[in-house]
Amino acid sequence: MPYFMVSPYLIHLLAFTTFPVIFSLVLTFFKWNIIGPMEWTGFGNWERIFNDRLFWKAILNTFKFLIIHIPLQIVVALLLAEVLNRKIFMRGFFRAAFFMPFVISGVVVTILWQQLLGFETGVINRILVSVGLGKVGWLIDPKVAMVSIAIMATWKNVGLYVILFLVGLQTVPKQYYEAADLEGANHWQKFIKITVPMINPTIFMVVVLSTIGGFSLFIEPYILTGGGPLNSTLSAVLYIYKQAFEYYHMGYSATLGVFFAILVMLVVIIQKKFVEQDV
Amino acid sequence: MKLIKKILVYLFLTIAALSFIYPFIWMIMASLAPEQDIGSLILFPSELTLDNYKMMIGKIPIWRALFNSLFVSSINTGFSLVFCTMVGYALARMEFKIRNLIFFIIIFTMSLPFQITLIPNYVLMVKLRWIDTYLSLTVPFMINAFGILMFRQAFKGIPQALIDAARIDGCGELRIVFRILWPNIKPTIITVAILAFMGSWNEVLWPLIVIRNEQLMTLPQLVTLFSVGGRAEAQLGVKLAAAVFLGAPIIIAYLIFQKHFIQSMASTGLKD
Repeated sequence: MPYFMVSPYLIHLLAFTTFPVIFSLVLTFFKWNIIGPMEWTGFGNWERIFNDRLFWKAILNTFKFLIIHIPLQIVVALLLAEVLNRKIFMRGFFRAAFFMPFVISGVVVTILWQQLLGFETGVINRILVSVGLGKVGWLIDPKVAMVSIAIMATWKNVGLYVILFLVGLQTVPKQYYEAADLEGANHWQKFIKITVPMINPTIFMVVVLSTIGGFSLFIEPYILTGGGPLNSTLSAVLYIYKQAFEYYHMGYSATLGVFFAILVMLVVIIQKKFVEQDV
Repeated sequence: MKLIKKILVYLFLTIAALSFIYPFIWMIMASLAPEQDIGSLILFPSELTLDNYKMMIGKIPIWRALFNSLFVSSINTGFSLVFCTMVGYALARMEFKIRNLIFFIIIFTMSLPFQITLIPNYVLMVKLRWIDTYLSLTVPFMINAFGILMFRQAFKGIPQALIDAARIDGCGELRIVFRILWPNIKPTIITVAILAFMGSWNEVLWPLIVIRNEQLMTLPQLVTLFSVGGRAEAQLGVKLAAAVFLGAPIIIAYLIFQKHFIQSMASTGLKD
């Protein structure tokens, strides 16, 4: 009976995880366009990775995205959570408002922002012009495009992290703040000396979660820029997708997938080590 | 001084809330506006028109895509509830040899990045001839590790007396789980259901890979391809209409059930 109960998971595990992982490793040694026969290439795919400038650019782009996105997200989420963690009239409404973009499909959010960020007709540029500033090439300037995507992703996801921080903030004992009040500490000092250290575990959880999320960046550049301009928003997943489904390099694409997955796991493990040291 | 501070706090919160809500309101109004009005900030266009929607409906099978998405998401949610319950119950309340091993594997696979299985899973779909069928959109999503862990947790908290009483009454194991225990863990059921449904509804990379036939495309996929392809003909309003069409069901559901949504989706972060 127990084996019958767990059978759905075991079947699913074998079919959609175990087999694909093994097959992925096998594929890394082959050249294959999925229609023709598989062609043995030894370590050819792996060697190719190290000479594939575009892939490294995609990795670099993904890290660039993370480096802008994660700090921005933590600061904004913490700020909003801090303010919401007081006696606030209609707190539920504000919480629900911040959370709304997170619920809605990334496709909707991306199409919406495409209109906001447009160069000639975009709403944001129109505002900038009307207050006497110049237009910004949000999506057409290679230096700016990834920043725009990072801002958009922050706007979409920050609500989740506001909720997580709110939960974290409620675990901080009130006595600490009362003691600090007696010492005459101001708001900022209390925030830096008490709040931030106390919610460190939550901060690291947010870092890990948004790292994993950020590494899977795909639909935003796919819709907004197609990876451009000048490949400045080409993310690793978008590149893997293109290798497989635009050029039909199945073996190479699988190799990129394995390589990138290992990289993701390494980064997450390193981050977790930091958490364990700190807590 | 205190009053000023209070006013500032509320001013800040209001501006923040508007920056999250206003873009959606703008999007809805812009989709109802004639083309020349789009790009202005004004909430109320010079006239309201459904032209953008008519044009979009004429160009893409959006109603069919809505049906596909509802169908696929419902199937995935239903099966996820049943299968995750079964496995979660076995892991929580049954004794068998490989129980701890399975639990360990679940934790491990959860941390496995999806990029590693993406290509081989596509190949698997090709070999099974599941490309351009509902099977590729449903079967791989009928169970998920997170749902199993949620149910395991919930079943652990149920008193043994309840299970024993049901056994004495001669109930079979499946009957106990679904008839007797399910009514006691409604919050978990709601959470797993919302997560499964939303995960399925919002997924777009996988459908892009396994579905080419326009009649079988999911809603986000169809809207994505419509938006990046040439068919919207650079008409902003038509794109926005498609986006509103895609967003509306979830926005409406969210406005009604927002507490459940927030609790469920935040629990994905709180678990580990």
